[in-house]
Amino acid sequence: MKKLLIDGVPGHGWLMLAVTTALLLAAPLFVNDYLITVLILIFYFAYAGQAWNIMMGFAGQLSLGHALYVGLGAYAAAGLYVHFGVGPWIGMGAAIIISGVVAVILGYLAFRFGVGGVYFAILTIAFAEFARIGFDHIKFLGASSGLFLPVKQYVSNDLWSLRGKPVMFYYLMLVLMLVALGICRMLLRSRLGYYWRAIREDEQAAQSLGIDVFRCKMYAVVISAAMTSVAGVFFAFYYNNLFPEQVFHISRSIEIILGPIIGGIGTLVGPIVGAFVLTIFSEGMTELLEVFKLTSPGAKQVFYGIALLVVILLMPHGIWPPIARALGLAEKSGEGKPTDEKP
Amino acid sequence: MSALLEIKGLSKNFRGLKAVQNVSFDVTQGEIYAVIGPNGAGKTTLFNMIAGAYAPNDGTIIFAGERIEGLPPDAVCRRGIGRTFQIVRPFPALSVHDNVMVGALLREPDTSRASVRAHEILRLLGLHDKRDMIASSLTLPDRKRLEVARALATDPKLLLLDEVMAGLRPTETDVMVDILRDLNRTSGLTIVLIEHVMRAVMALAGRVLVLHHGEAIAQGEPAAVVRDPAVIKSYLGTEVVG
Repeated sequence: MKKLLIDGVPGHGWLMLAVTTALLLAAPLFVNDYLITVLILIFYFAYAGQAWNIMMGFAGQLSLGHALYVGLGAYAAAGLYVHFGVGPWIGMGAAIIISGVVAVILGYLAFRFGVGGVYFAILTIAFAEFARIGFDHIKFLGASSGLFLPVKQYVSNDLWSLRGKPVMFYYLMLVLMLVALGICRMLLRSRLGYYWRAIREDEQAAQSLGIDVFRCKMYAVVISAAMTSVAGVFFAFYYNNLFPEQVFHISRSIEIILGPIIGGIGTLVGPIVGAFVLTIFSEGMTELLEVFKLTSPGAKQVFYGIALLVVILLMPHGIWPPIARALGLAEKSGEGKPTDEKP
Repeated sequence: MSALLEIKGLSKNFRGLKAVQNVSFDVTQGEIYAVIGPNGAGKTTLFNMIAGAYAPNDGTIIFAGERIEGLPPDAVCRRGIGRTFQIVRPFPALSVHDNVMVGALLREPDTSRASVRAHEILRLLGLHDKRDMIASSLTLPDRKRLEVARALATDPKLLLLDEVMAGLRPTETDVMVDILRDLNRTSGLTIVLIEHVMRAVMALAGRVLVLHHGEAIAQGEPAAVVRDPAVIKSYLGTEVVG
């Protein structure tokens, strides 16, 4: 465990991680409330992006329906809290189990019957859409008119029931993001991590080396789903309202995967870098367009889209791999080393 | 010496095309056995059945006393059969070391120890200097060696080599022949190879099976097989070989 987690990180890598963590820990002392909410959003996307990256970046299975697991996690924990008074930390257990079971069903259907590539991606969209439409009719969970968590003005932070000020969520999401980084590093460097990458590169060749491809892909789907559902729990308790139309919508799934794509699919730090860049860029764009009085509807989306295109064209492997190489942080095990380049 | 691999009456059809018909042979523990024949003779189909990529329509494959026909490739590999692919299939984005590591992890789940094993095999195949290179940047001869290294890393009892000499220069062929012969001698590894390069077949194989249109037309010692009139007519031509 320890070996997988910390071995091979160079000294300056630790230093950078320590400085970044220290800055983020201290940030609430000197930044305003607005920036705190932006940073919470960044941590959320960084975390969810890391969870998605396990499936796509490590094991090569494209999910376009990860909003499913966010939604299941959110509804599981919120439903238990609203109806039965069960706290979110216990609700998190339920969220993980429910998402895990759904992931097993999806994975089994796909992998047992040889559904791969784009067809697998379509299946993930289908599951998320089923959930979106299905939850619209579950009266117990508020159906299409939404599920609301009780809100009041909080003077203190109740960590046990996740009722409190944004700064509490700030620290929770920061910890979650860092824990996910640790988990992903251990997974990537484990036997399973090697097997995932082998499957990602060439499934048949992987199988010929004795790898149980079905089982490894199932692990990827279930671990990724379970981690994503935890993001859903925090989503529910941070926003305090859930609507199927929003939570399960495909645009939510796309939001999750943009971070890793821009940051660097399959890398450890990429999803985090991507979340920072995209969220700051998106928020900055809103400000900038207001300065230039470009407030016509859709203007932001158009500029955002153009900017994404530029990044993908200039850095097809994401922002992080070239930075990692420049900083001497590219790991030997594939981290930051794109296919078509000589080292 | 007992048979490590026994093939009895093996057949495979692809929609009426009889790719392999009623082929039988056995391979003794510690032997180097070659399968030759013209293109389309069914050699790779035969390999794919042994390695589990195809289930045969008929016949049995007994490996180390156990019937393995129809088992999936990973189960076949775990029982001790390693294979290479005719068209090499390294994991392109992984380093040379990591490619071999994936194979080594089968018998050695601990990553540190698997890495040690991977290093040993890379040294054995002369790829150690290139261990940090990305597999997709290797030259063809190196990729072929990587393919062998990766299969060897699974610690097989039987190694199936599908044209690992094709595309190599004569000197490179000799190097590969030496490596395989050493492996066979030192570790007693049983090898079945499909090969067009007769130079390698003559140097390595104790016995040869000749396939033509999916059928076995000759079997025996290489020197005798190359003089067989049916083999000369269907495969070798009138050119003097060996």
